[in-house]
Amino acid sequence: MIELSGVGYSYGDSRLFGDITLSLAPGAFHFLTGPSGAGKTTLLKLCYLELAPDEGQIDIFGKDAAALNRDDIAKARQRIGVVHQDCQFIDHMPLAENIMLPLRVAGRDHAAEQNNLRDLMAWVGLGDKADALPPELSGGERQRAALARAVIMSPDVILADEPTGNVDWDMSLRLLTLLVELNRMGKSVLLATHDLALIRQAKAQVPARVLRLRDRVLQQAGSDL
Amino acid sequence: MIALFTPSPTDPERLVPPSGITAQLTAFAAGAMAFLAVFALALMFATNRVADRWSAELAQTATIRVSAPAPQMAEQVQSVLTILGQTPGVASARAMGDDEQRALLAPWFGPDLPVEVLPIPRLIEVVEDSTGIDAEGLRLRLRAEVPGAVLDDHGRWRRPLIEAAERLRTLGVLSIALIALTMAAMVTLAASASLSANGKVIAVLRLVGARDSYVIRAFVRRFMLRALAGASVGTVFAMAAIAVFPDSGRDTGFLTGLGFRGLEWFVPLLIPPVAAMVAFWATRIAAARKLREIR
Ligand SMILES: Nc1ncnc2c1ncn2[C@@H]1O[C@H](COP(=O)(O)OP(=O)(O)OP(=O)(O)O)[C@@H](O)[C@H]1O
Ligand SMILES: [Mg+2]
Repeated sequence: MIELSGVGYSYGDSRLFGDITLSLAPGAFHFLTGPSGAGKTTLLKLCYLELAPDEGQIDIFGKDAAALNRDDIAKARQRIGVVHQDCQFIDHMPLAENIMLPLRVAGRDHAAEQNNLRDLMAWVGLGDKADALPPELSGGERQRAALARAVIMSPDVILADEPTGNVDWDMSLRLLTLLVELNRMGKSVLLATHDLALIRQAKAQVPARVLRLRDRVLQQAGSDL
Repeated sequence: MIALFTPSPTDPERLVPPSGITAQLTAFAAGAMAFLAVFALALMFATNRVADRWSAELAQTATIRVSAPAPQMAEQVQSVLTILGQTPGVASARAMGDDEQRALLAPWFGPDLPVEVLPIPRLIEVVEDSTGIDAEGLRLRLRAEVPGAVLDDHGRWRRPLIEAAERLRTLGVLSIALIALTMAAMVTLAASASLSANGKVIAVLRLVGARDSYVIRAFVRRFMLRALAGASVGTVFAMAAIAVFPDSGRDTGFLTGLGFRGLEWFVPLLIPPVAAMVAFWATRIAAARKLREIR
């Protein structure tokens, strides 16, 4: 699905990491951990092509990302559900419409997906927030809405940047269950998080791998997790 | 283009928040520009008509004044007529009779002027054909052969007026071009402001997989419709103003001829669609430039 080989990235002169190799196979469930500022968000942005690597190559759905034009990138993103760390929404549009946005943008008839939407919003605990505007929501509610938006299209890949950062433990488990269910349906998941308890919980349910980004390199985490 | 007028369920337009003041300013600017464009058009048509009429009349008549002592008068008039008979471009020429000349002078000297005994010049009326005469050539020949004859070429004072009318027409074309460019500049400014204010909307749209064309459509359509609406109102007001403009008949001066006649009335109706096109391209270009900043 998404493959990074020898990828390096710097913001200006400060080199964030180099020689990253990562393969997100179909049906894989990966956690991405590491200290704050290590570059987890940056790595995810590379994966959905918001950033282009300084070195190395990114293959996305079998194609070299460097060779994709803007329309190809848009098309690839229609197969990737993204939960952005700072949950971006269109603030003047009701939450339900924001969650439906990927369908609308892809030209899909979203009237047919109303049931799907209702179930999804109920599952992430936003059943009564369909008409609320994003700025009226709490941080945790926005995160859950972002996850709902990321999965509404039933994408092949889900990239989530700390989707449980602001929610309580019970809700974290519900969100994890959603991701695990999607993973069992064959979707690839890459989830950046600091929450070790959540990782342990997940490993009890799926054969998840844990990657740690630290000191500019990406390593598979040891058995301490 | 057509698709921009037909909303669909996946219609991108509502993705951009309504931006009150920019919207109103765009419509207002389009309206004002359309209003000016209508007047520039009317000016062009009016100068066209005046230039046409004057050039038509110019080619028609000239007068030759013959001054000579009474005994030689008849002979000199005859030489002039002979010369005119040999001049290309002269359709006919004839010496005016005493009665005619008296009638011409009556407004100044009263009806009882004894024209026969006064040393006043005799007038020869020359009617030109469509090719017209070479006034300079004729003047030189008259000076050499009949020194007392002076060609009074009516065109002499009209020609600069025709040139002025032609220049006015050029200015009209230039004004319309400037108006179109100014409108393009204003729409570009308004669209750029709107695009900058909505950088986050654009980023979100790209994040969830929107193509550039989809994002551009979200902006283009509203600016195009605003320009169309504003320009329509401006055009209607200007056309109404011109319709009630005092018009005192065919042959009066230039100012009262300002307006449209017959089929000309359809030409200003092109202004609103042209304004919409200008807005369409201005917004497209501004949006494409903004999108280059966002991956
Ligand atoms: N746009 C940017 N310009 C310059 N530096 C940046 C930019 N974005 C991030 N950085 C820097 O890159 C480093 C990695 O940032 P990143 O957001 O990837 O970290 P992270 O691992 O996601 O951290 P956290 O766990 O706090 O979310 C940080 O030191 C940050 O200051
Ligand atoms: Mg981060």
